[in-house]
Amino acid sequence: MREASVPAVIVDGVIVADEWPVMPLPVLDEAVRRQAGKVVLFRLTGEQPYPAERLAMMEIPQGRVLVPLPVWKVHGGSLAGRVAAGEIGICIDTHELVEDLVGSVSDLNAFPVIAVRFERFADGRGYSIATLLRTRYGYRGQLRAVGDVLRDQLFLMRRCGFNAFAVRADRDLAAALQGLKDFSEPYQGAVDEPQPLWRRHPRAQA
Amino acid sequence: MYRYDSYDQRIVDERVAQFRDQTRRYLAGELSEDEFRPLRLQNGLYIQRHAPMLRVAIPYGHLSSRQMRMLAHIARKYDRGYGHFSTRQNIQYNWPALEAVPDILADLASVEMHAIQTSGNCVRNITTDQFAGVAPDEVIDPRPLAEILRQWSTFHPEFALLPRKFKIAVSGSIQDRAVVQMHDIGLEFFRDEAGEVAARVWAGGGLGRTPILGTRIREHLHWQHLLTYCEAILRVYNRHGRRDNAYKARIKILLKALGAEEFSRQVEAEWEHLKGSPNTITRSEFDRVAAYFAPPAYRELPPHDAGFDAALASQPAFAAWVRRCVHAHRWPGYRAVTLSLKPGHRAPGDAADAQMDAVADLAETFSFGELRVSHEQNLILADVELGRLHALWTEARKHGLATPNVGLLTDIICCPGGDFCSLANAPSIPIAQAIQQTFDDLDYLHDIGELELNISGCMNACGHHHVGHIGILGVDKDGSEWYQVSIGGKQGSDASIGSVIGPSFAADEVPGVISRLIEVYIRERHADERFVDTVRRIGSGPFKEHVYQTRIDGEPARA
Repeated sequence: MREASVPAVIVDGVIVADEWPVMPLPVLDEAVRRQAGKVVLFRLTGEQPYPAERLAMMEIPQGRVLVPLPVWKVHGGSLAGRVAAGEIGICIDTHELVEDLVGSVSDLNAFPVIAVRFERFADGRGYSIATLLRTRYGYRGQLRAVGDVLRDQLFLMRRCGFNAFAVRADRDLAAALQGLKDFSEPYQGAVDEPQPLWRRHPRAQA
Repeated sequence: MYRYDSYDQRIVDERVAQFRDQTRRYLAGELSEDEFRPLRLQNGLYIQRHAPMLRVAIPYGHLSSRQMRMLAHIARKYDRGYGHFSTRQNIQYNWPALEAVPDILADLASVEMHAIQTSGNCVRNITTDQFAGVAPDEVIDPRPLAEILRQWSTFHPEFALLPRKFKIAVSGSIQDRAVVQMHDIGLEFFRDEAGEVAARVWAGGGLGRTPILGTRIREHLHWQHLLTYCEAILRVYNRHGRRDNAYKARIKILLKALGAEEFSRQVEAEWEHLKGSPNTITRSEFDRVAAYFAPPAYRELPPHDAGFDAALASQPAFAAWVRRCVHAHRWPGYRAVTLSLKPGHRAPGDAADAQMDAVADLAETFSFGELRVSHEQNLILADVELGRLHALWTEARKHGLATPNVGLLTDIICCPGGDFCSLANAPSIPIAQAIQQTFDDLDYLHDIGELELNISGCMNACGHHHVGHIGILGVDKDGSEWYQVSIGGKQGSDASIGSVIGPSFAADEVPGVISRLIEVYIRERHADERFVDTVRRIGSGPFKEHVYQTRIDGEPARA
């Protein structure tokens, strides 16, 4: 357990102080949606739950901050100076489209940090977002998993290009570090190691 | 068959350690129920009615005798002395203790086995033709590419948490025995005009609540691009598949919502970026894996065997077994043999530990120490000499493994149903057994001829009821159990989905319903026409009429 006042984060395998808070979005007064009698837990890809007028009214906190993508899309034009100062990062939700982020900025690498927010750890869309940011869109800065981030997913996340993990606040960060070491030689090429096993090592012959 | 090298072994060993720690943390309260669920599912562990159920992977259904003995050992040591071979060519244990599962996984790892991705919203065990490598109509042996796909899909980091489960089947024969059109991705290998191995790619097939046959989204995919193309399909699905409703989360729903054309366009657009990337399969890796599937040391044998011919002529019981359970082989003087796991007095697909040991012995004595599991839930010895079939039959009979009913009405595909599975609406095993008892006259059974009867205890369709010539589905109506009957389904290259004949039946009516369906078939059939052919020719009308003409056995009114 950590003190709430000293947020920490894993960056490149080391526990460091977290200097990039996510700008909070207002809680929406959405009606509980149900499908087949069950509460809907996931937003559909591309869904836009925040009305534009509400986004327009928001103020961006001072200092380093991760701005949610819908806020960035409305306020980005007025943040050029702060982007140039290196104090603006982006936070994209798993249901948001990575293409929307890419289309809203001339150079992704102007952001020192991009965070992917997992509302639920079981939502694998964040893995494709990370993979695309690292490969197709050439993002080289810090790629951070935030939200429902748990030890047992860290190994997979790192393979998809995440290098920073804001592990859920009620979990032991030091223990979570172990999750990065679950496997030593994965089979397939992915972001962290594009070469598949058979291209990396000579393998046994029949 | 494929054998692990140090890298394969390390991956399964590390998995055992990882799961042992996850189980420990769960039992210590450090992992919540919700957090542990996907972790245990991706290791094949369900929490079921009575106890956890553990599903062990048998990649594309291939086993060595040593592995089979370990499965028997696990049944004895950790379970109640039996296992259940499933329609995905895997084996399930119904009674292990949660605390013992890490030890079971360690035992499995000692014989190059695991339970990785046998459940959960990830890429599942890849299935193929049980006669791969020996079937006379085979064009391409699908196993090397199935193994390459297995390795690629094992812990694929981007596709570990998909909207829903994802099943891939591969086939390389003229007659499709892997039901590729029923899978999320079906790969049908062929040799193209340049003599190269290529695949026709099907996507979006599946059973379950919304049964639908796959759509052919690509006519020609060179084998080297198999992994990157699957990556493109999976990425489109991972990003855009629905996660808000489990019943609408399979790729088939996405494909239908987008339309086949738009879905293919998105896949092709994605693949443009992935084509040629390092996961492109190299010739040397293909050759390396293919070498493990080289034919065994077959003997040069004449195409006929006098002893076999004599036994066939003089022993009708042996002849009946040969007719149903012995299959053509591409090598002269050899045959493939199905050992039926449908004797009628136990659940279809179940095998006792002693039977598993016996099958391991049979595989060593008669078939190069290897065996296979079919999606029809039987066991296969793929390489038996013609002249030794009688000796094999004699031995198999002693262990209750020679019921001559393969492909007949009592060779029922059946899910575990409500007796074990917490998803099921209704039991399926007692229905299978009641039907098997009704049709226990072998002569009548052989006269009825080829008929596939499939039973699922709920619409998740693990028993493949949609593609049974006769399909039975357990349904829940106001809290009681009923059975819906469909006819005209078929697997294979001309697959079709059966149509429901009408209102559902009570459990004890079902054998009578099947009898009436058979009566219509016997009355209407042309020479050499199977049940499903008759249904296709005359339609379901005459069957409905006869089944619903009067109540069956004076039972209460149907729901």
